[in-house]
Parts: sequence; C-alpha cells; structure tokens
Amino acid sequence: MEFHIASSTEEVCGLLAEDPTREILAGGTDFMVEVNFRHKDPSAVIAIDRVPELKQWRHDGDAVSIGSCVTYREIERGPLSTIVPALAQSARTVGSPQIRNVATIGGNLGTASPAGDMIPVLLALDAKVIIRSIDGSREVSIDELITGVKETSLADNEFIEKIRVPILRGPQEFLKVGPRNAMVISIASLAMVTDLERSAIAIALGSVTAAPSKAREAEAYIQDFLDWNVMTVESSALPNFRRLVGEASSPINDHRSSATYRKHAVGVLGQRALLRIFESRDDG
Amino acid sequence: MSVVDDTVEAIPSGIGVSAVRPDGKEKVKGDFIFSSDLSSEGMLWGQTLRSPHSSARILNIDISDALSISGVHAVLTADDVPGENIFGLERADQPVLANDFIRYAGEPVAIVAADHPEIARKATDAIKVEYEILSPLVDSSAAITAKAIHPEGNVIRYLNIVHGDTEAVGDVIVEGEYEVGMQDQAFMGTESGMAIPSPDGGIDLQISTQWLHSDQEQVATALNMPIEMVRVTLAGVGGAFGGREDVSMHVHLCMLALYTGKPVKMIYDRNESFLGHVHRHPARIWYRHHASFGGRLVKVEAKVILDGGAYASTTSAVLANACCFSIGPYSVPNASVEGWGVRTNNPPCGAMRGFGNVQTCFAVEAQMDKIAKELNLDPVEFRLNNALKSGDTIITGQEITGTAPVREVLMSLANHPLPGPSSNNLLELPGGTGRTTDGSHVKRGVGFAASIKNLMFSEGFDDFSEARCIVDDGFIAIQTACVEVGQGFVTLVQQIVQEILGIEKVEILPADTSIGSAGSTSASRQSWMSGGAVMKACEAVVNSLISDLSNEQGVSFERIGTVLVAPDGSASIPVSDALRGRNYDETVVHRHAPTVPLDEVGQGDAHVSFAFAAHRAVVDVDEELGLVRVVEIATSQDVGRVLNPVQARGQIEGGIAQGLGLAILEEIILQDGKIQNANFTDYLLPTAMDTPTIEIAALIEEPEPNAPFGAKGIGEPPVISSTPAVVAAIRDATGLDLNRVPIRPEDIALG
Ligand SMILES: Cc1cc2nc3c(=O)[nH]c(=O)nc-3n(C[C@H](O)[C@H](O)[C@H](O)COP(=O)(O)OP(=O)(O)OC[C@H]3O[C@@H](n4cnc5c(N)ncnc54)[C@H](O)[C@@H]3O)c2cc1C
Repeated sequence: MEFHIASSTEEVCGLLAEDPTREILAGGTDFMVEVNFRHKDPSAVIAIDRVPELKQWRHDGDAVSIGSCVTYREIERGPLSTIVPALAQSARTVGSPQIRNVATIGGNLGTASPAGDMIPVLLALDAKVIIRSIDGSREVSIDELITGVKETSLADNEFIEKIRVPILRGPQEFLKVGPRNAMVISIASLAMVTDLERSAIAIALGSVTAAPSKAREAEAYIQDFLDWNVMTVESSALPNFRRLVGEASSPINDHRSSATYRKHAVGVLGQRALLRIFESRDDG
Repeated sequence: MSVVDDTVEAIPSGIGVSAVRPDGKEKVKGDFIFSSDLSSEGMLWGQTLRSPHSSARILNIDISDALSISGVHAVLTADDVPGENIFGLERADQPVLANDFIRYAGEPVAIVAADHPEIARKATDAIKVEYEILSPLVDSSAAITAKAIHPEGNVIRYLNIVHGDTEAVGDVIVEGEYEVGMQDQAFMGTESGMAIPSPDGGIDLQISTQWLHSDQEQVATALNMPIEMVRVTLAGVGGAFGGREDVSMHVHLCMLALYTGKPVKMIYDRNESFLGHVHRHPARIWYRHHASFGGRLVKVEAKVILDGGAYASTTSAVLANACCFSIGPYSVPNASVEGWGVRTNNPPCGAMRGFGNVQTCFAVEAQMDKIAKELNLDPVEFRLNNALKSGDTIITGQEITGTAPVREVLMSLANHPLPGPSSNNLLELPGGTGRTTDGSHVKRGVGFAASIKNLMFSEGFDDFSEARCIVDDGFIAIQTACVEVGQGFVTLVQQIVQEILGIEKVEILPADTSIGSAGSTSASRQSWMSGGAVMKACEAVVNSLISDLSNEQGVSFERIGTVLVAPDGSASIPVSDALRGRNYDETVVHRHAPTVPLDEVGQGDAHVSFAFAAHRAVVDVDEELGLVRVVEIATSQDVGRVLNPVQARGQIEGGIAQGLGLAILEEIILQDGKIQNANFTDYLLPTAMDTPTIEIAALIEEPEPNAPFGAKGIGEPPVISSTPAVVAAIRDATGLDLNRVPIRPEDIALG
C-alpha cells in the first residue's frame, strides 16, 4: 500500500490531482474501523493530520474558520467552546477521550453519517464548507456537501479544507439521545441556535433523516410565539412546536431504535432546547 | 498521567488482608503476556470461515481457489477432523466443523492457516460454500414442539420440580410474564491461542480458557489422540465470565498445527468473538405467586423456557439453577416449577456469571414486589417475613445445613442511608453527555432485590481440584491447574501459603495439564475448591515436616498458626525456619461434599452450599425520553469470610456493573438468528458515566462449615440481584410494569 504524509494543502492538492483514487486519512477513527471491518481496502492513502493549516482555526470576519483537522478535544475545551457553544456541546458527546483527541471535524463531514454529531450543529449555524482541489476552492453549504447516507458531493480530487462557521450572538443548544450516558452513537439529536441580532432561530436534526435536515416548519411556526426582547415563548405553542419538530424527521427502524421512538424523542428535544433558551409564558 | 510505583510497601500477609496481586503491576503497566501476545518461530496464522446463515444445508465446499493462494498452508473442513467431529461441555452434540447442516449463524465451516493473517482472511473469502438456505427456528416457545433441528431433539432438558401441596391456594394471587434478552460476557481480551506440534506426534496448546482439563479431553477426542499427548497450558486470560468454558478455536488450532507441522496462532476479532463463544440464555418466564393475608408465601408456580441456541453447552445445568432457585432466597411450603432448555437456530448459550439464577431472579423479585404491593407491605418487610434461614428446606427438598444469613443481609442493606438528591449538572443526570435532561424532568426511584446462588458444581458431579506444594530448601512453589481469569486466585495462593507456612515468597507454577484437574473457574468455586486444595497441600507439607521432626528429635510437634510447638511447650520453631534445608513434594486432591442428581420430581440434595446477596438501587429517570441514570447501588452480601477485602470489592463492583448492564444496556440483538450488533459500538457496556457509586452496606461474615477458611464464593452474587434492583427502582420511579430486560429508552418513554 502507498502511504503519503502530506505537509501542506498544496501537497494534498497535488497528490489528489496525480491520482484521485488516493484516499484521505485524518484522525482515522472512521477510516480505520472501515479497514478493520474490511469494508474498505485502500491502495493509496494521504494522511492529512500533520498539515499545519488544516489543524488551525482563526477568526474570519463575523465567522470562525475551522481547519478540517481540528479535533473534538480542541472544539470541546479551547476558546472555540465559547465562540460556538453548540459545537462544543456536540463535540463532548463524541466517543471517548481517546477518540476526541484524534477525531476531526472534517472526518465527521467526510463520513457523512446521519449520526454524525457535528452535522446538525453546522447545518443550524449555516456553516459553509470550503472544498479544495488543484483547480482552486469552492464553497458549499452542509446540505450541499452531504447528499445522503454516507454520500457527499466531493469529487475524487477534492478535499475539505475548512469549515466557516458564523459567530452568532445568542444561546445555542445541542441535545443528543442515546441509551448510554456517554460514548454512544446518537439515535436522535437536535441543534438549536439563535441569532439575537436578527431575532432568528434555526433548528437542525440528527440521526432522524437520511441527509442533513432542518425543522423549517417548526422554526417558522414558533417565531410568532417568541418574544425576543424578554426571551419568552408562549406555552400554548409548545405542543404544536413539538409535533412539528417530530414531523420534520423521517426516521428508520433499526437495531438501535424504533422510528416511533426517534420521532418522539426529537420532538421532546426540540421542546426542551426551546425552553432552555426561552422562558415559558402563559398567555391569555 | 500517573506512574506506577515500583516500590510496594510491606503489608501484612495471610488470609483476610488486601494482599497485592502478584500479576497486578504487570497488568497495569501493560507488560503482562496475554494469550493474544503469544508468538513462536515460524508461526502461521489461522482463520475460520463461518456460516452467514442460521439454518442451512451444506451442499458443497470448494477449497481449490483458497489453496492456490500463495502463502496458504492449509484449508481444512469437516472431512479433515482426525477423530470424532463432535464436542461439548456437558454432552457432545456440536461439530468441530459443520459437515452437513448449519444450525446457527457463525458456525465454523472451514479453517485456514497462512503466513499472514491477511492472507488467511483472503483465503477464507476464496472458499466457495454452496448452501441450501432453510428457514430458521428462532422462537424458543415454538421450539418445544417444532420439528427437531438436531438429531438429539429440540428439548435439551425438561425439569419438573414438585414441592409440597400443589393444590394449595393463597389469599392473594399475583401473576406475571417476564423476558430476559441475550447478554454477552464481553470480556476485553478476545479468544486467542496457539498450538505447537511436538516431536512425539502430540500437540501443545496454549489457550485462554476456564478449564484446562475439559479442553484437553474434548480436543483429544476430536483429534483421536491419547489424552496425554494433548498438553494444554493456560495463556494469559483477559476476562472470562463463563464465555471461555466451552471449546472455541481449540481443536481448529491443533488440526492446523498438526497438518502443517508448524505452530499456528489465532486471534478472533471482536465481531468473531461474539460468534465464537456462548452467551447468557435468553429466557421467557411465567410466575403465579400465592400469599396469605398474613404476608407469607403459600405457593409458587413457575414455567421457565431458556433458549439454548443451536447446541447444548451447559444448558442442562443452567436450567437446573434457574428452576431450583426460582423462588429466590425465600421459604415456601408449596411449589410447582417446570423448565425447558430448548434448542433453536439462535447462537448457542451456556455459562455466564450467575448461571441461570440471573434469569429467574429478575422475574421472581418483580413478583415479590407485586405481592408486597398487593398486601400493602413494605417490600423489605415482605422479604424478611419469608427469608430462608439455616435449617429451612428449599423446593428441591434439600435442607440448608450451612449458613443462610438472609435476614442479616436484608436488614443491613435496608438500614444503610440513602444518597442525597442529584446535582443540577446536566452531565450527572440521565442522558449524561447528551445534555438531554434537566433536573425538572427527573423522577427518583428506589428498588430492592435479593438473591440466592449455589456454589460449586451440583447434581452429583464429581467436583474436585488437585494442588501440589513443592518445598525446595525452604522455597515454596505451588502448582494447580486452576485458571486465573482475573479473579485473583494467584493472590489467594500466596495468602494461603503465608497463612499456613508463614512464607512470603511463593512461586506459582504455570497452570497446565501436567497436574490433575482443578475444575472450571466458574460457579464461584475456585477459592473453595482449588484454594482448599492448596491449603491441604500446604498442610500435607506441615504433616510430613512434623513427622520428620519427630523422627529426628523424638518430639511430636503440632502447628499453631505458622509455628510448630511441642505439646509440653518445651520447644517451638516457625514452620518457615524448619523447612529450610528440607525438600518436600506433596500433591493432594480436594473434594467438596458429594451431591446427588435431582429425581423425576426435582427432589434431591443436589447442591453444596448457598450464598446470598441483596442490592438496593437508586435511579434518576427521565420518563419522557426513557433515559436512566443509576445514582447508587448499595449491597450486602453473605461471604462467609472475607479473604481479601480489595479483591472482594473488585468482585462486587464488577458484578454490579454487569448486572446494571443487563438491566438497561446489554443485549445481543438477533434477527432470524443473526447477531445485529456484534461490536462494542452497538453492544452497549456500561461506561464510567453509567456505573454508579457502589456502597457496600455490609459483608456478612458467618463462617461456612466445611468451607476452607469459612469462605463462600463471592464472584456471582453481585451480578444476580443487581439487575432486578435497578429494574425495581425504575418501576418505582415510573409506575410501569417493565417485564423485560434490558429496558430500552422506548420501553419507558412509549410504555
Ligand atoms: C469509539 C468511537 C466512537 C465514536 N463516536 C462518535 C460519536 O459519538 N459521534 C460521531 O459523530 N462520530 C463518532 N465516531 C466516528 C468518528 O470518530 C467521527 O466521525 C470523526 O469525526 C471522524 O474523524 P476522523 O478524523 O477520525 O476521520 P477519518 O476516519 O480519518 O476519515 C473519515 C472519512 O472522512 C474522509 N475525510 C477525512 N478528512 C477529510 C477531509 N479533510 N476532506 C475530505 N474527506 C475527508 C476520509 O477519507 C474518510 O472517508 C466514533 C468513532 C469511534 C471509533
């Protein structure tokens, strides 16, 4: 097997241009599992986890640019945890400390699993993915990048360079349900972010749809019941809101959970997230 | 990062102290040699081809492509089994390699040896097997009357226990149906081993196992080799819990090594490990309890179906335990219990910590709570009213002649203080790191359960262990075939030598088949059986020493502690001093009191000794999402005597974590007999965030007559009643019935 350790993004571009069948290896926490299960038998690998640009994050206007090889540990513990709190809350739920020390945000998008925990948060935040190749870079939204279960729109010669995440002022919540209290694959998750400047709320769901998906009807519906000045929500709107969040999901039955429970759980998560951000108010 | 301290403080020695494990430091530092670390010059790697189907007929196997791959040394099938193509722990009913029918998904069909594990894998992929796929029998209830899937029929054992007046009727009657899912032992070190052909035509097998001599016998039969030509040596074991009692890769390794003339090693990966060992029997259990208004049990009726999967393994003995102890640690004048251990096309089931007692304990403890509620009695009070005591008779007609401090266990636990309320830290509430649950969503529940476990092998089995004590100029070496699986037998050996001979330094010789059997490391039996044998071997040395001394000096010494004293007090000498300059070699066999098989109505003195435990669980439940956080589990346990406090706590903590796992997390999920979650991503073991504070309310020390040092086995009780205690606590919080374990979030949220 052919193995390259890249030291710059240009080198990655060149190696992929030369032979687009070469596969990208970041933290390896999905990649190596695939190899061990013999679902993958790579003939050529490019390790990108030592490329300095990819391991950094920096402020980028009203956003923060996070290199694809930034690890969960850094998102969870460092300054990023206050800049994008929902991303940090999500990062904390991933695997064990050993996994979080090496697993990367870019790898989560590369795998594009419906249970990928970064995905709903990045979608709710309207993050943009910067994709690089020898031909230059292009920018796509999360739902343009991830097109289905473990499917992305990345061309063979492309890789994820960084993710641009808007910095919003306003509370953020990420909630994830699994049968275990830690180190568990999500059976339903929900990210809710607010933007106090624009009085906007965004909600995205995890593990309950094939491709990344927002709860748009629920977002639109609840707007009428929110008071952004005092951060309250009319309690009478909660049952409908919860139902709409549930209806935004199209879950499957599998060995992890029934679809019925997933739909139920995601609705509960929606209501709980909302009530952490907005105080419930009884209106006549 | 912490560093292991190389200097171990001098600590008190002998029985009753927390002696340090001799292999502890190596294990902590990663230096210990586990079976997966074995290697040998010129070694080949073995690999197993397993059936993807749970029921099928093998029409043809074509190995030609596999054989043509360069680096492949052997591809063997059923036709190549040198002896009888059959093995089994209690009865031989399982082929070494499938020859006509496939009876479970994962059944071995062919084996390969190659230069490299990857080549071996490619070779197994290249074997072409033509199957006629049959429809699998996966329903344990249907199996009783369904068309037989094995020449020996589908009912591996039927057991009927009739006790007292089966027509008796109570004032209050409570009925319930219960189900237990398939739990896995999930030991950390997967199956691995190595076989080396020896110049005399025999074979040396180094293997991670629980019972060397049982392996030896089964391997010899399958190889058609005189038993002494099969030499089995224990390789470092990474956990067992019952899952290594059966033969797995043993015969395969030996076949490949004999065929190629080279050492052959195998390691199962995690996925294969789930296919490569037996699991805990799933159970369907029906109960009808009768009680008097006065709060006494009047009669218990029960029907128990255990799903044994495709082959018998220890199903008969597991069923006996499930039925004999189906009443729990209580006395009842009348009972009628029927049990079936059946065969299906599910993965084979056999021994796992708790061995049958786990399944019925979960159900009967639910029943005890139900009656207490019906009678308006406190659950502990109702249990106390009916608690077994020494001199009582259990439903098999056997009188308990040893200790039975059930009341003490229950009272000490009930009196233990309850934990305070949970903090508001989201991570410490149900859902943990998922941040799902705020304090306002939490309901607290408390649940209580108690259990009985038989110690050692039952029903007339000739149960013994052999030990050898070698003295070489005052230096001591101990040999047994007792398997150390992590329980700390190696520590106990040192403690026994210290206690009797007063010598600190003990060499523990490798466990192998060059000495007589020690029996299995299971059934909470090794401290009693092999510990007893080591004690007797040391005593035999002392007796020889005394007789030599009396010949030499004309004084007849006796041993007091670790000192030899002349009866008139005129002379005394420490055993350790007296042994200097002398050599002894004593081998003894230790047996427990004989037992008898159960008769056709389930009566007979089938068991040796009984241990009791109780657990109290405190849980926080998020009802809406069905998430559970176990806050605390407190326990009291009847131990006879604590031999090593730290090791006792280790057994208790580990057992409770495993019991908690069965209550809310651990299940092998099957579809048409095929395992859906043969990995640790989806077979969910408790993490540190799921395992609660464990409080030991009391260890009741009433020495058990006839037990070496008065000690009862302590390994299994912690796993048995912890499961029903957690479930009772969740019932208390939610008011739901919850008749199946493990409880899934949706059982609570949508229940
Ligand atoms: C024990 C364990 C627990 C886990 N728990 C969770 C969990 O709770 N939640 C969760 O979401 N995930 C979990 N995972 C999965 C995994 O850790 C994450 O998806 C992680 O983000 C993958 O990152 P990585 O750097 O390891 O990616 P890798 O394994 O290196 O790569 C993953 C895939 O993405 C591709 N890729 C990587 N980087 C790039 C790039 N820059 N551009 C294009 N393609 C790229 C690779 O080619 C590969 O196909 C767990 C994994 C393990 C082993």
